[in-house]
Parts: sequence; C-alpha cells; structure tokens
Amino acid sequence: MSVDEKTVRRIAHLARIAVTDAEVPHLQGELNAILSFVEQLNEVDVEGVEPMTSVTPMIMKKREDGVTDGGYAEKIVQNAPATEDNFFLVPKVIE
Amino acid sequence: MAGTSPAMTLKQRSSPVTELTHLTIAEARDGLKAKSFSASELAMAHIAAIEKARALNAYVLETPEKALAMAKASDDRIAKGEGGALEGIPLGIKDLFCTDGTTTTAGSKILGNFHPPYESTVTRNLWNDGAVMLGKLNLDEFAMGSSNETSAFGPVVSPWRREGSNVGAGTSGAIEGNHLVPGGSSGGSAAAVAAHLCLGATATDTGGSIRQPAAFTGTVGIKPTYGRVSRWGTVAFASSLDQAGPIARTVRDAAIMLRSMAGPDAKDTTCADLPVPDFEAAISRGVKGLKIGIPKEYRVDGMSPEIEQLWHQGAEWLRAAGAEVVEVSLPHTKYALPAYYIVAPAEASSNLARYDGVRYGLRENGKDIVDLYEKTRAAGFGREVKRRIMIGTYVLSAGYYDAYYVRAQKLRTLIKRDFEEVYAQGVHAILTPATPSAAFGIGEKGSGDPVEMYLNDIFTVTVNMAGLPGIAVPAGLDSQGLPLGLQLIGRAFDEETLFATAQAIEDAAGRIKLPQAWWA
Repeated sequence: MSVDEKTVRRIAHLARIAVTDAEVPHLQGELNAILSFVEQLNEVDVEGVEPMTSVTPMIMKKREDGVTDGGYAEKIVQNAPATEDNFFLVPKVIE
Repeated sequence: MAGTSPAMTLKQRSSPVTELTHLTIAEARDGLKAKSFSASELAMAHIAAIEKARALNAYVLETPEKALAMAKASDDRIAKGEGGALEGIPLGIKDLFCTDGTTTTAGSKILGNFHPPYESTVTRNLWNDGAVMLGKLNLDEFAMGSSNETSAFGPVVSPWRREGSNVGAGTSGAIEGNHLVPGGSSGGSAAAVAAHLCLGATATDTGGSIRQPAAFTGTVGIKPTYGRVSRWGTVAFASSLDQAGPIARTVRDAAIMLRSMAGPDAKDTTCADLPVPDFEAAISRGVKGLKIGIPKEYRVDGMSPEIEQLWHQGAEWLRAAGAEVVEVSLPHTKYALPAYYIVAPAEASSNLARYDGVRYGLRENGKDIVDLYEKTRAAGFGREVKRRIMIGTYVLSAGYYDAYYVRAQKLRTLIKRDFEEVYAQGVHAILTPATPSAAFGIGEKGSGDPVEMYLNDIFTVTVNMAGLPGIAVPAGLDSQGLPLGLQLIGRAFDEETLFATAQAIEDAAGRIKLPQAWWA
C-alpha cells in the first residue's frame, strides 16, 4: 500500500501536525519508503496466531481504590504556557 | 573559570591519582571506602573533564552545583561509616529521565523549559543508593534515532576516530573534520562513558538504543528484561518496548548500576514484583555448563566480514571458557524490524499526543484550539518524530488497523515463540553481533531513505519485541581501529547469566583501550 498527497494531509491532520505544501511530497516519499519496507510482513502466514497483548506474562497489578496522591494543583500547572487560578488556559472551544 | 578549576588543585596535590575519571565504578567505590579520595574530589575531576569536552556535545545540561552538593552529602555519609551501593559515584543521566526541578528535554524543542516536579523511579533509586548527578545527557529526540543526529540540541561527537581521520579539536573550540556518530538514541550516554565524562550513565532502549551506542563506543550496555526496571517518570516512546538500563565501562560496572536501577515499583503496573538479584555476584559464575546458541538467521547479507569474524571469535572464547556452543534457528528474525516499525510508531503516536501546547512545553498560538495543537506540534517536533507519529497514526487509522497493527502484533507473538522454542531446547543465552557495522560518520546514513538508518537495529530489535534481556559487550577493534561489540540475549529475568557470559567475553577480549582526550 502507498499513500498519496491527500492521504498525507489527512494523516497530518489526524496527528494534529500542521504541514506546509513544500513538506508534503517529502513526507509522502518517506512514509511510502517505510510502508514499502513493512510490506514484507504479508509474506507470513499468521492464520490462527494470537496478536501479542503482553510481552511478559503478568497479571495487572491492582490496589485498593483510594486517593494516594494529589492535592497540589499549583505543581500540576507550573509548567503550563498559560494558566489562571490553577486552570489551563486554551482558546475558546465552545461558541 | 579555568584558574579556579577544582580539578587543577586536585592535580597539583595528588598527581598519582589525577586519573580519577579513569576509574571503574568498582574501583571508585573501593577508593571512596578506603578514603583514598573523597566523593567531592571525584565529582570535581569529572566536572573539569566535562567542561573541557563541551565540543563533544554529550551533555545537554551540566549540573555541577548539584553534583558538588550531592558529593558533599556522600562524603558526610562515608565519614559516618554509612552509604549506599553507589555512594559518591558520579553518573550522567540521559535526558529522558525526569529529574525533580532540573530541566528535562527528551532531546526535543517541544518540552520547552520543562521542569518536572517529580523524580523518575530510576533516578530516585540511584540517588537513594548515594549516586551523584553530573548532568543530563544528549539523545535522539524522544529516543527516536540510531545516531544521535535527531536531537534538537545537535549531534554528539563520538570520542572515537578512524585511524588516520581528519577529526580533531579546532582552534575555535569546535570539532573539525568528518566525525563519527556515537550511535543512538543513548548517544550522549555512550559518548560520555567512553570519553570519561562520568563513571556510568543511565540509558533507555526501545529497539537497540542502549546496545547499539555501547557497541559503537566500546562500552558495555544492558537492556534488561521488560518489567525489570520501572518506566515511571521516564519520557515514554513505545511503552511495550521501552526499558531503561546502564551504560558503563565494564561488565561489573553495568551489573552494579543495574542492581540499583531495578526493582518493583507500585507506580508502574508493568514493573515486575520480583526481587533484584545481586548481579555483581553473578559475573564470577563463569560459563561452564552453559549452552550458547548461535542463530543462523543473524548471518545477514552484506554483513561486514570483520563482524562475522568477531562473532566466530566470540563463540570460540565461550567454548574455550567451558560453554557448549550450538547452532539454533530463530526463523522470524527478519520480520522483527518491519513489525517494530509498525508497533513502535503506533505506540509513539499515542504517547506523544500529550504534547499539545496546553499542559506543558512549547505553545504556538492559533486561531482555535485545533490550530494551536497543529502549529505547536509542527514547531516543536523534529522531522524524524513527525514521521514516526504520522506512520503510527496511519497504521492505527480506521481501515488499516488490522492490516498493519494487528498483523505486526501477531508477528511479535511468532518472534517471541522462536526464542521460547530455543530456550526450551536448553539454550541459556544466544550470541549475536550487536550491530551490522562499526560506527559511521555524521550525515552518512538515512538522509534519503529513513529505512537505511533503521537497519542499524536489525540485531537488537528482536530482543525488545520479545521483551528479553540483551547485553552488548566490546569484543575488539576493526581494521580502522573502531570498536565492535557482541550481543548476548538471555531468558526473561535471567540477566545474571548474561552478566556471567559477558564477563567471559570481556576476560577473553581484554578491556578496550578507550580514546585519549584529543578534544580537550
């Protein structure tokens, strides 16, 4: 499979990465090089093979449902580019 | 600064021990215990060496004040007869580990001036054992790369040079000539260890990022079993593949460091609740009675004859030390790298969704929230990271998920099964080359076709796909005088056998003579 320019733009939008017109052909070439490299996986008969979900056999750790951490909103927002009263600020989302 | 350089004082006072930076961790530990020198002196010697090696660009952030404060605290503890397993040992930290209050960049512009308000479990474990932080080490952006060339802070210069090369310290303080890469993504870690800018360094490995740079720089690097080391507080690339481990100058030093880094952690649900063995004790076990597998599928087309020769030599060394060497088959080996380039980007596209210009890091304002996201991510991520996020987004998108992602995860099951079948035949560890070639030059690979660079990880990536431990150990020099490494792959949670076997190789090969400080 290979991607065309329109698909490159669609993927970029899904990935929330702005691309310029000049970047699209380069990205298309690079993505197609990778897609053509992974094509060889189609040689393998994977009928009846379970897809891997955990690389080492392990049981999901569980603990009592309780508050074990938190209570420091000012620390959470300290690295944010824009905040007010310990809230993250973003452009208006709802009209 | 030069006039007040603490290392000068040290040099004048005690010339026989000027080479404090050339000690192994084990030697430094013994010297500190015997009070032959102090942790402060050890830290100062390294701070001075780092200052003189700025042209290598191994450190993205030097933290000399923190180092001296931590060393002083170590000296106080040592004076009281206290101290942990790494008391006073100065280390470099790959800038993928979050360090409380100290800038953490992941080698990217998108994290901006990020100061984590928390400490990663790995670094916390090291500090609890008394280690001293010298600074944060350069890496490929988000650990995506095999040459350290994708770092937003520029490439790292390898301390190694080809024989007769034109590389040297220029008059302006910059490096002149076509220098070599240290490998990646843990390029800063490997270069710093090889150039004696720390006694050991933390690193991470998603497809070979500890073992390939270790092989390129004549150092020892181990990627432990998935789940041996907590991933908490380490910037995530591909969560089902990422593991942290050490890069050091000897097998023993790597064993000492890993013991401190590893262990159960309630904050990482994939971190195994298993006790950490005394890895250092394991290195003297020897290899008598061990069965070592040589996988025929690793004999790839175009492999350098020198690597092939080294591989034979490695098998001979282990046989001479008492191991049984047998040929084994891992039939799905060739599919590990293509499957990796579906699984790893898929996980990366999800993990890196958090860099949105809202909660931390860089922000580029836009006309609405989506425009803000898109502009921020376009400005903050480098080319390789964008490429991988986009591949990951594509293979997870509606209509392609089964054809790519699910198929790759099925291949992963088959790759792991190959190893299980070999181990079920009584094989204790598998010997392979660590890399298909020695270190290459800056700009030599991957500029046109990204896959050319990806092929560097052909021997290491299988190990991540199967969640197994793998160690790279220096085994010799090529005809150009560059180091070459061998890799040992072990059974899950049996790093001890890897340390024992790697020690046998180190004993037979002799320790690699690291480069003199031509850059200083």
